[in-house]
Order: sequence, then C-alpha cells, then structure tokens
Amino acid sequence: MAMMQASLRDHLERSKSWGGSSTVLDYVYRPNTVAELCEVLELGQRMGLSVGMRGAGRSYGDAALNGEHLLLDLSHMNRILNWDAETGVATVEPGVTISQLWQHVLADGWWPPVVPGTMYATLGGCAAMNIHGKNHWQVGTLGDHILGFSLLLATGEVVECSRRNNEDVFSASIGSFGMLGCFTKLSIKMKRVKSGLVRVKGVSVSNMEAMLDVIEDSKDKVDYVVGWVDGLSSGRSCGRGQVHTATYVRRDTGSVPDSSLSVESQQLPRRIMGVIPRRAIWRLVKPFTNKFGMRLINTGKYWLACSADGHSVEQSLARFNFLLDFVPDWEKGYLPGGLIQYQSFIAYDRAAQAFRDLLMCCRSYHVPPMLCVVKRHRRDDFLVSCGVDGFSMAMDFQVTDRTRERLVRLSRAMDEVVINAGGRFYLAKDSTLHPSTARTYLGGNTISQLAALKKRCDPEGLLQTNLSRRVVPDLHSRSDKPSSL
Amino acid sequence: MNWNTVRPVRPLEPRRKAIIVGASSGIGQALAYRLAEEGYLLALLARRGDRLQDICDQINSSEAGQARAYTHDVVDTDLVPGLYRKVASELGGLDLFVYAAGIMFPSDQKAYDALKDTLMVNVNLVGAMAWINLIGERFSRAQEGHIVSIGSIAGYRGRRGAPAYAASKAGLHAYMEGMRNRLSSFGVVVTTVVAGQVDTDMLKNADMVRSPISAEVASELIWRAIRGRKQTVIVPARWALVSVVIRSLPSFIFRRLKI
Repeated sequence: MAMMQASLRDHLERSKSWGGSSTVLDYVYRPNTVAELCEVLELGQRMGLSVGMRGAGRSYGDAALNGEHLLLDLSHMNRILNWDAETGVATVEPGVTISQLWQHVLADGWWPPVVPGTMYATLGGCAAMNIHGKNHWQVGTLGDHILGFSLLLATGEVVECSRRNNEDVFSASIGSFGMLGCFTKLSIKMKRVKSGLVRVKGVSVSNMEAMLDVIEDSKDKVDYVVGWVDGLSSGRSCGRGQVHTATYVRRDTGSVPDSSLSVESQQLPRRIMGVIPRRAIWRLVKPFTNKFGMRLINTGKYWLACSADGHSVEQSLARFNFLLDFVPDWEKGYLPGGLIQYQSFIAYDRAAQAFRDLLMCCRSYHVPPMLCVVKRHRRDDFLVSCGVDGFSMAMDFQVTDRTRERLVRLSRAMDEVVINAGGRFYLAKDSTLHPSTARTYLGGNTISQLAALKKRCDPEGLLQTNLSRRVVPDLHSRSDKPSSL
Repeated sequence: MNWNTVRPVRPLEPRRKAIIVGASSGIGQALAYRLAEEGYLLALLARRGDRLQDICDQINSSEAGQARAYTHDVVDTDLVPGLYRKVASELGGLDLFVYAAGIMFPSDQKAYDALKDTLMVNVNLVGAMAWINLIGERFSRAQEGHIVSIGSIAGYRGRRGAPAYAASKAGLHAYMEGMRNRLSSFGVVVTTVVAGQVDTDMLKNADMVRSPISAEVASELIWRAIRGRKQTVIVPARWALVSVVIRSLPSFIFRRLKI
C-alpha cells in the first residue's frame, strides 16, 4: 500500500489547458499498451480516484484535465496499426496525431477527410470530441468517417462498436468527451485526393450579412470555406472580414503521382517572407495582444484583404488546413492569463443577427475578441452534438486579471443570446458553460440517455474530467451512495 | 468515492483553496473565519469533529467562504497521504496549507513524563512533517503554493517549565526553515508564524500571562503575513523585542531566571 502511494505521488504533474487559462495538478499516467491502460483504471478504482483522458491536450478549455485525480495521457499509444492504400482505411491507436496520419497516407493519394486547425491533435481526442473542419457542411464531422472502434470500458471490458454493432454506444461515444470509455483502436476512412494542393481564394466582405451570404453562395462550389471576422468592427461594418475558400486542385499528371503528394512538399516554410523564423512570430505578436494592438492588426488585416480581393493562390493542404500550426506556440502570446475560445453554433436564418448581437455584447462588456472565425456546419446524428444547419463563430478572448470577471459576465450574456437563438456549443473549446445552459442546448433527454449509457458502460462513474464535472454534473451524481468519509 | 462531494472547478472563476490542520479552536479556528472572509474554499481538519462541524456550518451560512470538515488526528500520520488526496480532490486544488495543530501541557517544573512529551512532539512537530512533506512535494511540482505553520516564541529557548514544548517548536522552526530553503527556488512560500501569547485554550496552561492578544487579532496579523508572502513573522510584533532579549541572554543568566 505504501509503495503504491509513493508511486502515485511520483505521477503528480502540472497539466494545463491549451489556452493556458487553467492549470491543475493531476496524477498523470502514460500507458503504452491496453494492458497498462487497464492497470490505471484499476488503480483509480482502488484509490477512489476518477480517471480522465488526454490526447495531445489541444482543447482550449478543461476537457483534458482531471485535477487531483488520475489522468490518462494516451499520447504514447500512437501506432498506426494498419493502412490499406486500396480502400483508404487506416486503423490507428488513439494517440496517433493527425500529423502522423496525413504523413502516412498522403503519398498514396489520400488525406484525412476532416481535420481541425492544428495537426497535433490526437485521433482519440478528435473522436471523443467529434471534431469538424472547414468542410463540415459538406463532409460532416470526423465521426461520420469513423467506420468502427474498440472501446475499453471502465469495467475492463472491450467493446467493438460500429454502425451495425453496438450502434448506441457507437453514436454516443463519438462526441461524448471520454465519458463512456477509452478508444483503443479506431478505423477511419480517408479521402482520395489527386494532388496535395488546394486553390485558395480570398474575398473581403463588408459586414456580417455579406460574410454569411458569401459563405453560403460558395459552399456548393468549393471544398473548404472559412471566414475571418474583424471582431472589433461595429455599426454598419460590424462583422466585416474576409472569406477564404479552397478547392482541391485536380491536375492531370497521367500515371505519375503528383509531386505535391509528398510529405516534403507539404512542409510549412521555416521562415515567413524569407526572413522571420516562424518560431519567433509569437514573440513579435505578443506586444499586440491588447485592445489597441488588436485593433491595429484587425484593421490592417481587413485593408490587406480588401486590396487583395479575389486574388487566388495554390497552397498545400497542410498550409491551408493547419493555420494554427503556422505560428508555433502562438498561444504563448496570451500568457500569463492565457486565452479562452467561445464558439457558438446558430441555425442559418438566425445566425447573422445572433453573431452581430454577440459582437455587440463584447463591445458593451469592453472585452474585445482577439480573433473571430466563422464556419459553415450541418446537423449530425451523434448523441452529443454541436451540429446545426447553419454557422458557427469562434471568438478568442485573452484572459487577464483585469478582464477575468467581465469575461465571466460576458460569457453569461452571450450564452443567453445563443440559447435564445436556439444555438449550440462545442465542448472541445468550452471554458465557461454552466450546467443549466448545457442542459438547455443538449436537452434533458440527451443527458439522460448519456447518463443511462454511462451507467451501463461505467457503473462506478470512474471516467470524469474537469469539463464533465463542470458542465454535466448530472453524469456523476450518485446520490444513492453514501459518502466514503 | 462519493462523486457528489468533488467540487467542480470553473476555469474563469478560480477560488483560492486552503487546508487548515487544527482548525477546531484557537488560532486555527480564527484563521479559518478570516480566510473564509477572503473567499477561500476551506478544508478544515481537526480531531474534534463536532466543534469543527459547527465552525463549518457557521462559515457556510455566511456569504463569502465555504468550508468542509474532516475529522483527523494528526498523530495518525499513516492516514495522512490518503486523507490529503481525498481533501485535495474534493477541494479541486490547493493554494495554501496551514498547520495550526498544537498542544501544550500545563507548565510543570517537576514533570518528567515521556508519554506527554512524545505526544506533544508528535502533534506539534511530527504531524507537521507528515503533512508538509506531502504538501511541499506537491507545491514544488505546481511551482507555486504557500505553506504556513504556527511556531512559538517558546521555541527560541528551552524554559525549565516546558522543555518538550520548546523542543517541539524549535524543531518546527528549523524544519520550516529547511523547507523554505528547499522550496523557495520553486516559487513556494513558506511562512513560520512565531506566536507570542495569544488568548486561546492553550494559554490556560501557560505559567505566566502577559497581556495576550485575541485569536482574532492574531489571525488578522497572520493573514497579512500570508498576503505579504512573509517568511517569518512574529505575532504580535511587539514580541519581537522579547524574542531578541530572550535569544541574546547568555545561558548562565537564562538558567538562573525563574522563567
């Protein structure tokens, strides 16, 4: 017993949310195999500590934290178990990153169908959060491309899930932030690409309505679309910005594979404009991470967008998709307080007004969003879902001691706007949701279905995270059990 | 594990969290009220569970702080690691640790009682070590945190009336200094509160009482020391003079004084 406790102490580590706004201490274990993973679950049971899961820790908020409890860091379970270049199906362990995956499949003419803004997220984490990309309205979420997975339950049992097998667990595990079990093996279908390039076109837009119209008009013609919003714009130009569309380049190179299908051709340049090392950019941007600096940058960016209106360039898939990786360590620019992201999903016809209202909220609380991004989405059938047939706007906020309290009130005010517009939220990014808001947008029915499944898969309530305790405490309430004290 | 007792943490609304060991009376109790006023989430530990629960109820009925009671006897050092994990997990983190547990038997120049002396050393020093070793390790990993323990002017010299008490407090001072030297490079603050006479239950066992301050005043002074991240603080400050005099008295004079 004493040895076990000593070893538990040795695992105490500091973990932080990607945005850096929350830091906790948890007992971190990094299993290499499923057997080691089971041992940690057993340890949790024995010690009366819950177990949370973490992939690459790229969630902005507290999704991959389990303060004072056990944390399974799955990044060492990162083997690509099988790759079939004929069918395009990759079978991977949960710690495999998107980066590993695309580098593995690109040369055969395949690309992950759905990727987030960073290539360093793990597929286990991506599946648990059911991530989407800049092509959500067209191809759906990552979950739509998962053919099946093995799920290790807290009881130690491994369940094979697919759309035909354990269908309820399949559709609930994807997107339910690690509450039902731990993915130990995932099969994902890749997308065929003819080249590793996309043709990217930028269009400047003068307000929010124009932004959403341009996205809507282009969505049937292009493969990816994303809008950048000047979050500090107001009045008639509120929501001005730039829409980037991208279309896969299909070049006829005969039987010879396109040269852009090599990993080397996808590498991000080491320096921008030939001089500034990418690693140094965040230090250059740091002095601007304040209200006035951001106004300068946003306005400059908008005028630049206007001057290059309609201009199109060919970019590598990696360069276009993994925008967040283009500036390494960019999140450090927001230290010491860090940042949070607030992303809300609003149906098509109410989005423009709601997004305007959200930007107005930011103005009235004097907390400017540093970066705003708009994407087009669609509905999905997974139990826990953020999908709407409409748009989302993600807003980055810097957290400082001065703004923290205002940010809390702002997020409440914005929650109200989103809920009134029938909107939804995305737990991978969340730092502010309250249980009541989550219950409203998810619906009591969804939560009780998830709770019932959790009771079946995890009867002891072993699997928890800071996020789950904060947003859906109902999943963990065990009023029937006496306190162990 | 009863998950209902695990407190959710809101990233943008961090609350300071503290453990006070020895919170059922005296300085520990007063400090619990003071920290609650500052909005701390508190885990209060002490042997006397019923008294502790009353204190928690009182704190929880007020606006600011929140407190939870854990019955614990510091001489049960084996139980400390498990209890520490439980308390930390229910608090959802830890920023401040206060060791205020202490006992003193009535001053008696004719007492040669090894049992009593052992108990005193166990409560005043060994219990502190059991807790502060764990907490120190934790704070060194966290690269932040604050450890406070309540020492005594009595720890500066061995008085004939209470040699073991003096030894336990002198040991505590040295232990805290060692911990401070070890942990300060990690950004951890270690504060030794050197208490003069404070009007608590313990003072009833003192052989002479010289205008003591109330526990409330002491807790206010200790809170200021915590806020100011002080290393050593003499409470109240006027006892600093006494301590200088006592410490500088040559042994052959001190031996002849009837104190």
